Amino acid sequence: MIASNTITLFCLLILFLPLVAFVINIFIGKRLPREGDWVSVGAILITLLLSLILLISMFINGDPNFSHETVLPWIDLGAFKIDLGIWVDNITVVMLVVVALISSMTHLFSIEYMKGDIRYNRYYAYLGLFTFSMNGIVLANNLMSLYIFWELVGVSSYLLIGHWFEKHSAADASKKAFLTNRVGDIGFFIGIMLMFTAINSFNFQDLFDGVNQGLMAGNLLTLAGIALFMGAVGKSSQFPLHIWLPDAMEGPTPVSALMHAATMVAAGVYLTVRLFPLFSPEALTVIAYVGGFTALFAATIAITQNDIKKVLAYSTVSQLGYMILAVGVGNYVAAFFHLLTHAMFKACLFYGSGSVIHAMHHSLHDINDHDTDPQDMRNMGGFNSKMPITYWTMAIATLAISGVPLFSGFLSKDAILAGTLSFVEHHPEHLLLAIFGFGAAAITGFYMFRLIFMTFHGKPKMPAVFKGIHESPKLMTYPLILLAGLSFFLFYTLPYFNPFSDHGWFTDLIKAKDSAVPGSLTAAEIYEGVHHAHYPAMALSLIVASLGIGLSYLFYFKQKFSAKSWSKRMGFLYKLSLNKYFFDENYNRFLYQPFLKLSRAVAYLDWDLYDKYFINGFGRVTRIFSKLTGRMDYDGLDQILVDGIGRSMQGLGKRLKQTQTGRLQNYMLFALIGVIVILVFQTI
Amino acid sequence: MDSLNNYLFVSVILFSLGLFGVITRRNGVAVLMGVELILNAANLNFLAFARFGGMNMAGHVYALFVIVLAAAEAAVALAIIINIFNNYKTINIDEVSELKQ
Repeated sequence: MIASNTITLFCLLILFLPLVAFVINIFIGKRLPREGDWVSVGAILITLLLSLILLISMFINGDPNFSHETVLPWIDLGAFKIDLGIWVDNITVVMLVVVALISSMTHLFSIEYMKGDIRYNRYYAYLGLFTFSMNGIVLANNLMSLYIFWELVGVSSYLLIGHWFEKHSAADASKKAFLTNRVGDIGFFIGIMLMFTAINSFNFQDLFDGVNQGLMAGNLLTLAGIALFMGAVGKSSQFPLHIWLPDAMEGPTPVSALMHAATMVAAGVYLTVRLFPLFSPEALTVIAYVGGFTALFAATIAITQNDIKKVLAYSTVSQLGYMILAVGVGNYVAAFFHLLTHAMFKACLFYGSGSVIHAMHHSLHDINDHDTDPQDMRNMGGFNSKMPITYWTMAIATLAISGVPLFSGFLSKDAILAGTLSFVEHHPEHLLLAIFGFGAAAITGFYMFRLIFMTFHGKPKMPAVFKGIHESPKLMTYPLILLAGLSFFLFYTLPYFNPFSDHGWFTDLIKAKDSAVPGSLTAAEIYEGVHHAHYPAMALSLIVASLGIGLSYLFYFKQKFSAKSWSKRMGFLYKLSLNKYFFDENYNRFLYQPFLKLSRAVAYLDWDLYDKYFINGFGRVTRIFSKLTGRMDYDGLDQILVDGIGRSMQGLGKRLKQTQTGRLQNYMLFALIGVIVILVFQTI
Repeated sequence: MDSLNNYLFVSVILFSLGLFGVITRRNGVAVLMGVELILNAANLNFLAFARFGGMNMAGHVYALFVIVLAAAEAAVALAIIINIFNNYKTINIDEVSELKQ
């Protein structure tokens, strides 16, 4: 049991150490030995240690209702008051460990992966900035500071995606990510302001109490909930703002693992988990549909992608959709559980893909081939003999994400699907949600195994490249092994050993809160329903997952069916999926282009009409007026009055000058005359 | 005949002649002579006032001072005139009018 003050201290250290590393690296990193990576790595490892201490103390404490809040007044203007503070409960502690762990792994992995990069120190600085802001989101106890850190996360994401900004695609991707996030963030901010105007506080607990007392209810509450959820839609890359995440893969792969798989995109889910008590049933239905649809929709895109990182990106979108779906159906503990397990196995998959790309890159470099795409799975194949560690760790993570028993993903996905099933049982009109969930589960198995089979099995498609492939260095494989290890169910169910039940420390320590909205189902009622749906959901999910995996096995391992001829047979659908449902193109045609046209029209009004005629006309009139007054001033005042005085003085001076002859005798004569004059006047 | 006015009258004539010489003479040495006349007019005044005006011994002492001063002044002025002659080859003071702009 740690004292209350120590918890605050630990949290502040966890929050600010990465910031210190950021400041050191951004300013003097270049001049430090090894370009200062040890500063960042050191800071993040201390952060990890502190988070683990908090985690262990949470275990020892064993209190599911543990909560610790520290508040510091920030702005106090009488009626308007903002407090900054940290709120630590079990969810926070677990999330801190996830962020610190994945961030540490990224720092270590990057030492090797980013070796020789021209902006090595800046890369580490930005990682520090990201970790700082992510921890800020996790620790925030109010919407205001959460929003600040939320934007900071967006900035660091922008900086890291655009790390190689010399590449046009990377620069564009960073801008796209930032701007797409802004769309969501506007909604988020509206939501925050709606909450504030109704309840007059940013503090989470105050908001929950306010909603519970009915300070905000009905449609307004639903609207505020959906607005807040918009932030999560942007950050967690949900439909229809999912377009930025796949492009964000332009960033360095360790960054993709840290931000665009495990932590930053999970911030949206974390937000909905944190704010769950605020969502009205109607808002939750919207959330469930957005999440469910995204889960299925992104999965169907992932089937046809050939870029190894794009597959993983769409898989991430799909899994995030799952989490959002779980929040929507009320089982938000399952959402957080999936966030936790997903962070581990998806980071592992991304590091694995990073390891593969690293190997491909070096091999291509050795044979002087700079045109072949090192990320294209069609250039891979048969790597399992050359990169056994990468292969096995990725395979384990793939089993986990596909929902195979014994692995963590099975438990968390099962919890989500059970929640969805129980929700559909109570509300049969929402049958679609179950179809989304189970459909996505089947497709996940299919495309993930497709990735494994295409990359690691079969014949090498480019023998010349294959020859140069070798296992990555230890700093890259150790994080893989660690995260693959954490993909086993055991770490989430201790001290129990039943691979078919998620009962363990997680479910014991993290309990759902009741919704603050009056009239909602209580957490106990939701849990009851989930418990009933547990075994049917498990059976169904096992069936669909094995269906997906089996199909993938037949297609890509045994090659019983030719993927090519099937893609032809599917024709239209294949093209839709390959081109991501033409979302970018349609956004371009129906949003950007009309907007550009509107902007141009407004620009025409502004420049061609308003500026040219009104502003310039006004200018012209002023110029004429100025000329007039100028003439008055110059010709009249200056010439006659000012210069006139000067000229007359000059003339007078010239005339008077002649009296100064320089002859002393003259002066003397004048003096004499003067004396005589004075004498004459005196006598008169 | 033996009264203050007579002496003053002579002194005025002497002063006027001196002043006239200072103002009108072109020759530098002649200007100096004019100055001497003015000084002697003053001396005459001092002595006249010592005898008739009650200035007593003070008048005599002042007269002696003036004589000494006149000697010194003549020495310095003659030195200046010699220098002017060395530089300009003339002692016509009208031609030595550098003071004019």
